[in-house]
Amino acid sequence: MRAFLVICFFSVAATVLTSCSEQDLEYKRAYTNGSLVYQQHCQNCHGNDGEGLSALIPPLTDSIYYKKNSAQLACLIKNGSSGLMIVGDKAYTDKMPPSGLAPIEISQVLTYIRNSFGNKHGIVSVDEVNKDLEGCN
Amino acid sequence: MKNLIYTCFAVLILAACSSNESAKNALPIYGNREPVTKTVNGKTVTDTIYQTIPKFSFIDQYGDSITNKSLDGNIYVADFFFTSCPNICPVMHRNMLKVYNTFNKVGDFKIVSYTIDPKHDSVNVLKQYAEKLGVKDKNWLFLQGKKDETYKLAKGYMVQARENVHDGFFILVDKQKRIRGSYLGTDPAQVDKMIEDIKTLQAEPQQHIAQ
Ligand code: HEC
Repeated sequence: MRAFLVICFFSVAATVLTSCSEQDLEYKRAYTNGSLVYQQHCQNCHGNDGEGLSALIPPLTDSIYYKKNSAQLACLIKNGSSGLMIVGDKAYTDKMPPSGLAPIEISQVLTYIRNSFGNKHGIVSVDEVNKDLEGCN
Repeated sequence: MKNLIYTCFAVLILAACSSNESAKNALPIYGNREPVTKTVNGKTVTDTIYQTIPKFSFIDQYGDSITNKSLDGNIYVADFFFTSCPNICPVMHRNMLKVYNTFNKVGDFKIVSYTIDPKHDSVNVLKQYAEKLGVKDKNWLFLQGKKDETYKLAKGYMVQARENVHDGFFILVDKQKRIRGSYLGTDPAQVDKMIEDIKTLQAEPQQHIAQ
């Protein structure tokens, strides 16, 4: 009985530990790939540090904006945007072009920007992105 | 006495070094040049005519006419862009904004951005763009003119511009309208170098102003 308990305890501990590090690994991979996607597709406009450009391009530092618009971010990155957008009290009206990115890349770049420039959100999974993309208009 | 000689040498060496230094720092003059001989006071002298920026007449973001003459007496930096350019222009103008902010208060310095897409970039579009960028004075001019003239003028600045295509160079022009430097506007390190070169140019002794 005692032996069983010990084995049970260790196997539970082992699963918890490995699943934790698996999640960790997944996050790290998404973040690293996301930083490459960012450099290639977004950095010219939004800047090395997500600082944006004056009143032409919004910064990517507003965690509150992300929280409020969480479900719309995947569509925004896929299809781009134009028209009035309020980010951190400031109005932006210029055009962001469609990115042409696949859902996996969108999840990576979202994981990157939502955990950089002072933001801390955790992973944005492909499943989440796929679900959000269904709601694009 | 000995001391005096040593000091004398030291001063000489320093002086020699510093004059070397300034010769090394002098900016090159780009473009074609041709020697001309003329007679001054009965003597034959040879002078060098350097390539200068050709004449132009464009409209700025306030709707005012701007010609090559309007820039007389200024050191200036020129680039070619268009407001709806999604790839390199935001980077160029993020870097140019640093140049603008560095020299905005000193006078005798301007920035001139020519649009290669005058059809879309009307005076009003350029004004909005300038304002959103944070430019509210005439020290950074956004100019539009006829397409062909813009493309032709680009050649005068020794850069490429045609339908929807332009390279990302910043061209440094001195008060005599000669090209003194060319920098990749997308590279912050080259733009920092340009800022240093502008200071060098500002410190250059005034020569006669051509044209
Ligand atoms: C051509 C410049 C440009 C590029 C390239 C670009 N964006 Fe944008 N982005 C904008 C503009 C302009 C807006 C504001 C759009 C509006 O007003 O409707 C914006 C808005 C946003 C927003 C919402 C507001 C904010 O600041 O949080 C996010 C998030 C965003 N972009 C992320 C990205 C990502 C990720 C990429 C790369 C896949 C990217 N952008 C590529 C110009 C660009």
